[in-house]
Amino acid sequence: MSAVAQNLMKLFRGPSDPRQPGQSLPKGERLTRRSNGLAEISRLFDADEQLCILDIGSTSASNIRYLTERNHRLYSEDLLDASTDSALETRDDDGKPTLDSKRFLADNLVFSNAHFDIVLCWNLADYLDESLVKPVVARLWSTMKPGAVLLAFFHMQEAGPDAPCYRYHILDKDTLEMQHIIARRDMRKGPTGVVHTPIERSFRLQRVFNNRHIENLFRDFSSIKFFLTRDNIREVVVVR
Amino acid sequence: MDAAKTDGFAHIGKSVVIKGELSGSEDLFVDGTVEGTVELPANALVIGPNGQARASLHAKSVTVQGRVEGNVRATERVELRKSAVVIGDIAAQRIAIEEGAFFKGKVEMQEAAKAGKQGA
Repeated sequence: MSAVAQNLMKLFRGPSDPRQPGQSLPKGERLTRRSNGLAEISRLFDADEQLCILDIGSTSASNIRYLTERNHRLYSEDLLDASTDSALETRDDDGKPTLDSKRFLADNLVFSNAHFDIVLCWNLADYLDESLVKPVVARLWSTMKPGAVLLAFFHMQEAGPDAPCYRYHILDKDTLEMQHIIARRDMRKGPTGVVHTPIERSFRLQRVFNNRHIENLFRDFSSIKFFLTRDNIREVVVVR
Repeated sequence: MDAAKTDGFAHIGKSVVIKGELSGSEDLFVDGTVEGTVELPANALVIGPNGQARASLHAKSVTVQGRVEGNVRATERVELRKSAVVIGDIAAQRIAIEEGAFFKGKVEMQEAAKAGKQGA
């Protein structure tokens, strides 16, 4: 096709979309969204007592500032990043590649039992390797105090496999800013054979949980509350 | 954030390895490896892009561009630049974290009087 024809086609198509699958936002750009799940737990942030809060999403200066300004103690662990450590790769009894969940839990989420009042899980479960999801949720259960709450987000089926992984920044009691995460490490082929970052070093959606899967995942917890949103995300507040 | 300004700082170069207790009364830029403790309660400490500290750090202000494994305490401010990796607890009056920095640990903001008292 001649250059003129190509330009003509481009004119009809409009400007070429610089975004690649899995990268819905240009680098550095942020989206703001209202979060009913955050609003639900924000009431706790204003409590007089000092709360112990665990953020297992990507490091966010906004979250650190927002929560420590309210005199709470914040612990930060980027579990998704930690899960990409190639030292975790191993093989199961059948010789299939997998992640060493025992080693992962020996290095991460090492806290005393019943330590936290709030856990900010964000969308970790959707992007974490299959072999780690249940062990991580079980460890979270034991590190949470009875009555403690966990906030998690899950994609709905319509999101598609290239739904970008976001870092969540708390702006206000019911408002979040979402920023596309670029993985720090060069990605390996996933332990379960899934390539984690085939495009632009982004984390890739590993699975989509339906309501029953989510209830099953948190079956040891005492209650679970779903918040439906317009952007293909289910927000979940779980009480230990 | 711009590159950390280190004019007038004492420098520990890339090839230098120090093990033990490091203390002083002047600003310090560490681009080498430090293991143990660093005490600069009235001065600034910068861990440079090549710097690696497996140490407890205590200074008036701490800026990290490299890697720190250990607790960081500043009487004023802690700054983690985008290349920073910090595994340990942070206690300071103010903390600034650039996008891309990696942090694993606990953050406790301290009031001015408390920070000063602990730093004394």
